[in-house]
Amino acid sequence: MPSLAGLFFWMNIKTEDINKIIVKKPLKLDCGKTINNFPLAYETYGKLNANKDNAILVFHALTGDQFVTGTNPITNKEGWWVTAVGPGKAIDTDKYFVICANVIGGCMGSLGPKNTNPENNQPYGLDFPVITIKDMVKAQESLLEHLGIKKLLCATGGSMGGMQLLQFCATFPDKAFSAIPIACSSSHSAQNIALNELARQAIMADPVWDNGKYVSKNVQPKNGLAVARMVGHISYLSEKGMQEKFGRKLQEKADYEFSFNADFQVESYLRHQGYAFVERFDANSILYITRAMDYFDLSKQYKGGLVEAFKNQNTKFLVISFSSDWLYTTKENKDIVIALNASGADVSYSEIVTDKGHDSFLLNEPEFLKTLKGFIDSMHEKFKNEKRI
Amino acid sequence: MKSLKMKKEFKVIAELLPNNTRVLDVGCGDGSLMNFLREEKNIEVRGLELNQENVQLCIRKGLPVIQGNAETELHQFPDQSFDYVVLSQTLQAFYNPEEVLKNLLRIGKAVIVSIPNFGYWKVRMKLLFFGEMPVTKTLPNTWYNTPNLHMCTIKDLFKFCDEKNINIKQVVGVNEDKTSLIKKSNLEIKNLFSKLGIFLIG
Repeated sequence: MPSLAGLFFWMNIKTEDINKIIVKKPLKLDCGKTINNFPLAYETYGKLNANKDNAILVFHALTGDQFVTGTNPITNKEGWWVTAVGPGKAIDTDKYFVICANVIGGCMGSLGPKNTNPENNQPYGLDFPVITIKDMVKAQESLLEHLGIKKLLCATGGSMGGMQLLQFCATFPDKAFSAIPIACSSSHSAQNIALNELARQAIMADPVWDNGKYVSKNVQPKNGLAVARMVGHISYLSEKGMQEKFGRKLQEKADYEFSFNADFQVESYLRHQGYAFVERFDANSILYITRAMDYFDLSKQYKGGLVEAFKNQNTKFLVISFSSDWLYTTKENKDIVIALNASGADVSYSEIVTDKGHDSFLLNEPEFLKTLKGFIDSMHEKFKNEKRI
Repeated sequence: MKSLKMKKEFKVIAELLPNNTRVLDVGCGDGSLMNFLREEKNIEVRGLELNQENVQLCIRKGLPVIQGNAETELHQFPDQSFDYVVLSQTLQAFYNPEEVLKNLLRIGKAVIVSIPNFGYWKVRMKLLFFGEMPVTKTLPNTWYNTPNLHMCTIKDLFKFCDEKNINIKQVVGVNEDKTSLIKKSNLEIKNLFSKLGIFLIG
């Protein structure tokens, strides 16, 4: 169980210590409302070179944040993509300038439902406008403007990060020289919407949630949020991976307790993940971000469907999927490849064979990391040449 | 320099392909042909490859490659989306070579197919005099572990194209470093002395 101090921890995040810009340009959201003068938090790693040909934008997933690598100053834990990003890593910060922004709707410094609503000086809660993946991406484009980057060497992201990336490429076709969507989809499947709904219902069923008004009471619907996180964690693993990791192993005991305590290791794992999560993430943010994912259907935005979305792409794509990912399956990733192919885009595709499920992109998966590195390094050479000409 | 390192078959294929075209290399391996075509002939290349290691090698060279199986995944390429489609020495390994060929002709305005020639004299000798399935440099596997399900001769593929009304534009026979044009008039003799047949069809 989280300590009381822990519970207050996320509430008292010192957001003033986080890098952020105030986006002045009004952003008309898909829902019809407009936001302006809103904070967008971000972090960068490495150095932007003089030619500005080494910038890589990373889009984070549902529960990620801008702290990609190194130590997250807020949680004091490792960045979420420390396996792939850092000095000497596949995305080498000695060589590349890596940028990541917290999505709007999030809770790590960018405008989100726990921010104060200027209209009534109360936390937004459910008065926060429903945002979409497109809104998130448009907000982040302002950051590139702020940093003076006209064209990225590469943009990448896994899961919801991949969805943002596809949207980014469709909305801003000239902003990225190359793009690596990882374990994602061009439209959220019924199964994924169902799992997100399960997470939302878990939060809403917690009486502490109180229609999203818990923020002003300085509490957090931790039981509901923890269950929501457990659902997620099940979906990030594969059946085989879970069996191999936990099997029927018992948690520090010789036999069943004949109770409802966490007898099995897998139960203990889920409880731990669930309750660790409530210390760093806002429940309302989960509602808003999962909604954005559910609404994501890139083909719906374009009359000619997905092929039309990728028309006139000069971006060079590498799509990566994982064989045991049942959340964003190889088939869904291949559909992206097929559409890119049909639109004449330059696209590569690789399916990494692994038992580690959707989580694979966050893990030390050598074949995956090698592919990532090979692609980015070769793209850097090409981009440099192109810029020279 | 690169062209020197490339095998004769690829040199012949490269010569058949005009500069500045769009080419799909089905079963592109480590991308050596694609790399040559891109660097030397300014050809816009795409590859399809099954083997993970080869896919990685291509990606590292900055060559666009899709990991996939030509037998089942050619449908993803739109009609006439390439000027040429290349298939090097794999036609005989498909369950349904006729279907694959049909797909290649759908995707490309023209198709280059190369086959190891089962009509080569050494192959025939092996079967005739030793009564054994031939194992040669171009056919290195034994009967029980060969990926080749539908071996054919240059003459067979000639006949096939005739029967299916597929236009044969040019056929080149390859024997080590020697190449020769194959026509109906010299088909019998070339079918005996070519290790490899390279067909430009469509």
